[in-house]
Amino acid sequence: MFSGFMANTWIVATVVAAVAGVVGFFVVIRGSSFAAHALPLGAFPGAAAASLLGVNAIFGLVVFSAVGAIGIGQLSKRGKRDVATALILVVLLGLGALFLSMTSEYAPEIYSLLFGEVLGIAKDEVGPIIGLGVVAVLAIGLLYRPLMLSSISPELGEVQGISTSKMELCFLLVVALVTAMALPVVGALLVFSLMVGPPAAARAFTNRPQVAIVLSAAVALVTVWASIAISYESNWPVGFFVGGFGAGSYFIGRGWTWLSRAYATRADTAVELEHAA
Amino acid sequence: MIEGAYDLAEDKGEALAVEGVSVWLSGREILHDVSFSLHRGEFTGLIGSNGAGKTTLLRTILGMQVPTTGTVRIGGSPRGAHGAAVGYVPQKILLDPDIPLRSRDLVGLGFDGHRLGIPLRSKHRRILVEEMLEAVDASRFADSRVGTLSGGEQQRVLIAHALIRHPRLLLLDEPLANLDIRSEYEVVELLSRLAEEQGIGVLISAHDMNPLLSAMDRIVYIANGRAASGTTDEVVRTEVLSKLYGSHVDVIRIHDRILVAAGHEHDGLPAHTEPSVWAIGGRS
Ligand SMILES: Nc1ncnc2c1ncn2[C@@H]1O[C@H](COP(=O)(O)OP(=O)(O)O)[C@@H](O)[C@H]1O
Ligand SMILES: [Mg+2]
Repeated sequence: MFSGFMANTWIVATVVAAVAGVVGFFVVIRGSSFAAHALPLGAFPGAAAASLLGVNAIFGLVVFSAVGAIGIGQLSKRGKRDVATALILVVLLGLGALFLSMTSEYAPEIYSLLFGEVLGIAKDEVGPIIGLGVVAVLAIGLLYRPLMLSSISPELGEVQGISTSKMELCFLLVVALVTAMALPVVGALLVFSLMVGPPAAARAFTNRPQVAIVLSAAVALVTVWASIAISYESNWPVGFFVGGFGAGSYFIGRGWTWLSRAYATRADTAVELEHAA
Repeated sequence: MIEGAYDLAEDKGEALAVEGVSVWLSGREILHDVSFSLHRGEFTGLIGSNGAGKTTLLRTILGMQVPTTGTVRIGGSPRGAHGAAVGYVPQKILLDPDIPLRSRDLVGLGFDGHRLGIPLRSKHRRILVEEMLEAVDASRFADSRVGTLSGGEQQRVLIAHALIRHPRLLLLDEPLANLDIRSEYEVVELLSRLAEEQGIGVLISAHDMNPLLSAMDRIVYIANGRAASGTTDEVVRTEVLSKLYGSHVDVIRIHDRILVAAGHEHDGLPAHTEPSVWAIGGRS
C-alpha cells in the first residue's frame, strides 16, 4: 500500500486533509457549514464543464466554486445567508445537470466526483492540488486576526473597521479553493465532512484558537490516513471511512464538551458547598 | 499604573463634543439637534427607553453612522482618523461557548485584531494584555473560555478589549442588560473607577438610569429624538422631561430611586411608558 503508484495518493491526501482541517476551523466557528456543504456540491459540475472544453478538471472546479462563493457572498449581504446559499446551490446544480447531459462522462466518473477517488489520483492533478492548498493556507494565515475577530463577533470586527461582508467573501473564496483542491480527492460529498468533523472535535479539547487549528489539522490527517489504509486493506470505499470518522470525531468532541462541563459544574458546586460549610 | 494612561497633570480636556447632530434613517428623523459634551474622567449615562435612539447616537459618535447635520468632535478635533481614540462595547454581544478562545485572546484582538497575519509572540503585547485584564479584575479568568463566562465576566473582558488601545473615550451600549443586580453594580463601579483612574470619558447607554445614579457625573436623556444633558438633578425634572417628551411627565423620587412616568396622551401622540422604570418593586 506504499508502492510507487500509491505515493501520489498519500501526498495528495495529506495535503487535502491538513488544509481542510485548518480552513474547517473557521467554517465551524463561523457557522458556515451549509456554505461548506453547498460549494462542493455546486462546484462538481465544473469538472464536467471542464471536460466539455477539454481543460484540466481542477480549472473547472475553481471557476465554479469561486462563482458560487461570490454569489453566496453577494446575495447574503441583502438577505439571510442560508437562503442565499440554497439559491446559489440550486442554480449551480441546474447548470450541472445541463453540463452533465452534454458530456460523454461515464457514470463511474461522476460517481468518483461525488464520492472521491483518492486511490486513483491523476498525475497532472498533483501539482495544482498542492498549489491550491498552499494558497488556501497562506490566505488563512494572512487573514487570521481580522477573520478571527469578525468570526467571534461581526460587531466587534466592524468597530475596528473590519467589513463583515468583505470578510465573508474572502473566507468563502478560501473555502472555494479548498473545494476545488479536495473534490477530486475525497469527492463533493466528503469535502464537507472533512471540513466539519475534525475542527468540531478539536474545539472541544483546547481553549487556545491556534492549538485548536493545529489539532483540527491533525485529526483530519489521522482521519484520512486511517481511511485510506483501512480502505486499501478492506476494499471498502475510502469515502465510507472518511464520512464515518468525520462524524465520529464530531461526536467525540461533543461528548468531551458535555463531560467537561458537567464536571466543571460539579466542581463549582463542591467549592460552594465547602465555602458554605 | 497602565502604560499611556491619562496623566493627572494634564488638564481635564474635552473627550467628546456632539453639536447639533440630526440623523435621518429611512426617511424618519431618529435624532433631532442633539448637543452635549463630555470631559475626560467623566462618567456619563445616556438614558432613553427602547428605540429612543441610543444606539444610533453611539454609532454616530463612532463614525459608523453619518449624521445628516451636525458635527462630532473627539478629544477636541473633528472625527476622522481617530480609530483608536474611541473604545466601543456594542450592544448584545453573544460569545459562542463552542469557540476555543480565552479571555486573553479576545483582549489581544482588541489591540491588533485589525492587522493582517498571525499575532507574533511579543512581550509588549503579552504584558499589555495582562495589564488590561488586571485593570478590569479579569486576571482570574484570563485563561478561561470566554464564551462560557457569566454575563458580568464577559462584560469585563469586552471592556478590556475596548480599552487596550488606550482610547480617550469609551462608549458602552447597554452593558447592564441581562446582568444580575450584583454584576450590574460591579460593572458600574469598575467603569466609574476606570473613568477616574485613566482619565477617559465614559458614555454608557441604559434604559434604566437607577443602577447608574450613584456613579453618574452627568446624564444625557433622550426621548422623541431630542436630548437634554446636565447633572441628574438638572435634567431629571418634570419641566425638562415634559418638554422632551412633548407631554406631561412625572418624576417621582422614592428613597434613592427615580421613577419617570410619562403616561398622558397629548397632541395625538401615543402614551409613553417606561416599563423598566416602573418596575421599582422587583429590584433592589
Ligand atoms: N437602519 C435603520 N433604518 C431605519 N430605522 C432605524 C435603523 N436603525 C434604527 N432605526 C430606528 O431608529 C430608532 C432608534 O433605534 P436605536 O438607536 O436602536 O434605539 P435604542 O438603542 O435607543 O433602543 C428605532 O425606532 C429604530 O427602529
Ligand atoms: Mg440600542
